Amino acid sequence: MVDLSVDCGGIRLANPVMPASGTFASELADIIELQRLGAFVTKTVTPGKRQGNPTPRVSEVPGGMLNSIGIPSKGVDAFIDETIPLYADYDVPLVVSISADTPDGFADICRRVSVPGVAAVEVNISCPNIEDDGRAFAMRPETTLAVMRKLRQATDLPLWAKLTPNTGEIPAVAQAAEEGGADALVVANTILAMSVDIRTRRASLGRVMGGLSGPAIKPIILRMAYQCVRAVQIPVIGCGGIMTAADALEYLIVGCRAVQVGTATFVHPGAMLTVIDGLEDYCRQNGIDRIADLTGTLSAEAHDASLEWEAIA
Amino acid sequence: MQATPHPLPSPTPLAPPRAGEFDARIVSNEPVNAEYRLMTVEVPDGAAEARPGQFFQILCPHSGALQPFFRRPMSIYRIDPAAGQLSFLYKVTGTGTRTMAELEPDATINLFGPLGNGFTLPEDGAPIVLLGRGVGLATMAPLVPFARKAGHAVTAILSARTPELVMSEAEFVDAGANVLAVTDSQGTSAVENVEDMLHGLHAEGRLGALYVCGSNRLMLAAQRVARRLGLFGEAALEQQMACGVGMCFCCVRPFRQGDEIVHRRVCSEGPVFPLLEALEW
Ligand SMILES: Cc1cc2nc3c(=O)[nH]c(=O)nc-3n(C[C@H](O)[C@H](O)[C@H](O)COP(=O)(O)OP(=O)(O)OC[C@H]3O[C@@H](n4cnc5c(N)ncnc54)[C@H](O)[C@@H]3O)c2cc1C
Ligand SMILES: Cc1cc2nc3c(=O)[nH]c(=O)nc-3n(C[C@H](O)[C@H](O)[C@H](O)COP(=O)(O)O)c2cc1C
Ligand code: FES
Repeated sequence: MVDLSVDCGGIRLANPVMPASGTFASELADIIELQRLGAFVTKTVTPGKRQGNPTPRVSEVPGGMLNSIGIPSKGVDAFIDETIPLYADYDVPLVVSISADTPDGFADICRRVSVPGVAAVEVNISCPNIEDDGRAFAMRPETTLAVMRKLRQATDLPLWAKLTPNTGEIPAVAQAAEEGGADALVVANTILAMSVDIRTRRASLGRVMGGLSGPAIKPIILRMAYQCVRAVQIPVIGCGGIMTAADALEYLIVGCRAVQVGTATFVHPGAMLTVIDGLEDYCRQNGIDRIADLTGTLSAEAHDASLEWEAIA
Repeated sequence: MQATPHPLPSPTPLAPPRAGEFDARIVSNEPVNAEYRLMTVEVPDGAAEARPGQFFQILCPHSGALQPFFRRPMSIYRIDPAAGQLSFLYKVTGTGTRTMAELEPDATINLFGPLGNGFTLPEDGAPIVLLGRGVGLATMAPLVPFARKAGHAVTAILSARTPELVMSEAEFVDAGANVLAVTDSQGTSAVENVEDMLHGLHAEGRLGALYVCGSNRLMLAAQRVARRLGLFGEAALEQQMACGVGMCFCCVRPFRQGDEIVHRRVCSEGPVFPLLEALEW
């Protein structure tokens, strides 16, 4: 029997595989055995009601997809009354993803979702901060630190900070999140991108720009996850382009404690379960008793070699 | 820091899986006309119990430079529970449907479904009229045997550019529908004419409920008629999909709900909606 459990950012997970925010909902219960997941992560909820962006909201690109769903939200009150109870029947930790467009708004929604039944709060600080010209909080270390400090005061629950890959200084942002009180980092959200329909010369997305996700982004996000692992002490949760157990293993080997699977679920609704099975097989085949022992087992030479790059990048 | 404990598992069993992902053997995949093909597949037990109006998310293969990433939603065109077979009638247009068209009999294709909510029939055994154009005919076809079995008389108005492109006429007739074809080339498909036909059918006692799919203009015409005559009706809608099960919110369309305009997900709240609530696109 392989022990798949991991301690991750203040909670214990039966296995290191969970959904990425926005790619999971209770509707999946009709299709896969949700009880097998390491955690549930809900779609980001905002303080008030929002409609979301115009359609088309998605577009496929080679090896992945663009999305500009926006954050259609029924508001935090409806979320607490209607969504949280949907998960009450499962013995799986519930992680609630939140966002807001000001630091105080963030702290306020964080306080409100800190209710029984919620195991941790994932803070989507990849969203625009209207007090910083609409730049995402996690674009800069200063704004990351400021919002994390406010969030830390707002709850006793574990706080997971979800970073954006669109910053040029991911290690510094990671350190700011840790200093501000994060219990774990989720690396990362989608990469800002666009595509054009050459027949109509229109942008493929109604909102023109959107987030790239899926296998196309995995090498980039894996690199960022590795940089974050080396920059902080808290656990890093890898999220980007995981389609198979092999992809998840790469994240664990570079030092992630757990992983989130997003876009893959749209292609194969059972993708998360396939990843869990594949992790267990890998451990068994390689004589690993506890999957936690696999975390950070990248060969030592790699660390030395990467230092040269860090001097440049 | 420790988390608040989460609730214990409930003793009640969770709902059984409804839709599933599986590999299906292709029985045939033949052209129907210059644009459309018909694919018949063998499906596992239960999947052939799908309802008319439901759809599958089809994983189209990669072929050379054609690398579809999303699944493609396709209505169920023919349901044959006895043979354990389903058919899809599809128009070959872009990346995914082109690679789907290349598949040979005995190859496998990965399907996810059945998904969405199918058509509902009026309770009073009223005669029904189906109104479809293009791809909409594929969605509508299995409603004919379903409604006939439930004791409804069925009239189908099939709209197309030319008489040669009126698909599935035989399929509709064999299943027991009275078929009226209207075409652009004969000048019979204009909405004014279709509305007149609907009023005529109503006067003859053949229109008690109305179903529409495949054309915005036909849907608006159907709405006008249904509103005027106070009829029950349903519209099957399309929108681009990613997850197909209600999680991603990419497939929303606007609907009228009382005085409000609301967004609903075509995949999980549809694709069949109350006729009068659907808004034009
Ligand atoms: C519920 C439902 C049932 C459908 N049933 C049928 C059917 O029975 N027969 C049939 O021929 N077609 C049907 N369609 C339309 C069919 O899904 C599209 O024609 C198909 O996805 C086009 O894929 P492609 O690879 O040829 O085009 P591409 O241009 O490569 O498609 C690019 C993207 O746009 C999406 N897309 C393009 N056109 C449509 C459309 N009209 N509706 C939704 N998504 C679209 C594709 O799924 C893909 O994600 C249905 C659509 C829906 C939503
Ligand atoms: C349709 C869609 C909706 C998303 N919505 C959210 C969201 O609400 N909040 C969030 O933090 N991330 C959201 N994401 C980002 C994912 O959680 C994830 O970070 C990203 O997709 C990379 O992982 P993947 O390649 O496995 O999909 C969304 C992604 C997609 C594709
Ligand atoms: S396709 Fe994802 S919600 Fe409809």
